[in-house]
Amino acid sequence: MAEEVKLFRNWAGPFALRVVWALQLKGVPYDTIYEDLSEKSSLLLHYNPIHKKVPVLVHNGKPLAESLVILEYIEETWKQTPLFPEDPYERSTARFWARFGDDQLMPSVFNVFIKQGKEQEEAIARAQGDLKYLEEELRGKKFFSGEKIGFLDLAFGWVANLVSVFEEIQGLTLIEHEKYPLLLAWIQNFIDAPIIKESWPPRDKLITKYRARIEFYSSKEAAKK
Amino acid sequence: MGEVKLIATTQSLFCTRVEWALKLKGVEYEFIEEEDLRNKSPLLLKYNPVHKKVPLLLHHGKPIAESLVILEYIEETWKENPLLPQDPYERALARFWAQFLGDKCVFGAWEAAHKAEGEEKTKAIESAQESLAFLEKQIAGKKYFGGEEIGFLDIVAGWIPHWLSVMEEVGGMKLLEAEKFPLLHEWAHNFIQIPLIRECIPPREKLLDYFNASISYMRSLATNKQ
Repeated sequence: MAEEVKLFRNWAGPFALRVVWALQLKGVPYDTIYEDLSEKSSLLLHYNPIHKKVPVLVHNGKPLAESLVILEYIEETWKQTPLFPEDPYERSTARFWARFGDDQLMPSVFNVFIKQGKEQEEAIARAQGDLKYLEEELRGKKFFSGEKIGFLDLAFGWVANLVSVFEEIQGLTLIEHEKYPLLLAWIQNFIDAPIIKESWPPRDKLITKYRARIEFYSSKEAAKK
Repeated sequence: MGEVKLIATTQSLFCTRVEWALKLKGVEYEFIEEEDLRNKSPLLLKYNPVHKKVPLLLHHGKPIAESLVILEYIEETWKENPLLPQDPYERALARFWAQFLGDKCVFGAWEAAHKAEGEEKTKAIESAQESLAFLEKQIAGKKYFGGEEIGFLDIVAGWIPHWLSVMEEVGGMKLLEAEKFPLLHEWAHNFIQIPLIRECIPPREKLLDYFNASISYMRSLATNKQ
């Protein structure tokens, strides 16, 4: 059966990376279509009219958006190398933390790097509180999913991928060694894992791209005063 | 299948979703009312330390939080009357729309309700109606989002027939206009008639009081900011 899997993505996008990693881990062949988000292709707008965002996975002509939804679909469609735990309770825990990562942790981390003065101090306190949950989740485990990389590691992949980039751009350390030894160990293990490593976007390009983004949002924040 | 407890409030649409799912699957559970969300119980704080919110499901003493996560857990644990479709693509679409309904739609409607009259309110209403337009397309050709029978997405969209109409009343606005959204309007009417659905919804008076209080509070915050 000829299968056609296409992934519309932005080269830097942390959400798309999750999908890339999942497909690679399961050995699913796919084609990548890079999108320049300042000029969205008509094909992308056709496949994702609601959010007009990447990533979009198109499997045999059927489009799907929202990276966490796509990960569940990938898991159910290609059964090799399971990424989710078997037990329903553990699955619900993984889903809970993935949502926490996107809905709460991501904005709180981003705020650390765009806010200034007192607001930044508050943002740091908030983000560090949120990061503590991750540190606790790693207790006794190599990866969030256990001995091997799984769904939750992919969901948190942006922490490994982007936080150190932001830290370098702003000259500020958020994930301090004394406070988050397990998280830092996880980051290293994740970055070094063979399949993950292969899809890592080049660091210098990430720095350039996010430097511009951070400057943009920082000046917006400063202008609010 | 063992002891099931639901820590919830009667007025929360997120909590009622979970009740509907449990009842549809014939799961026996104990409803533990969280009386005052400004004064949270030790039970809630112990079992949902991260968000401190309802609904919270306890199964064999193990907590599960976040309504959509709870719905997936219920689906996977009690196999009778499946709520999600069988086909992986259809399941993914249901999940996509559930997220959309849970985020954009609910908070969009709420935003429109609590804004005082003016440009911001008009914009919020337009935005909320755009979301409803997407839903109108989704229901086309079907009795329920789940097809002939209600399913996952009907449960997640289930706030629309009851809670939205209360939000409209307290917010002084009309979102679900029958002429604009005839199919959604009809779906809402069919959904709320189902006995099992109807028996879980909070009394309208109680919901009106609750939303009125919330809106006054939020509007007073907004005026204080100026």
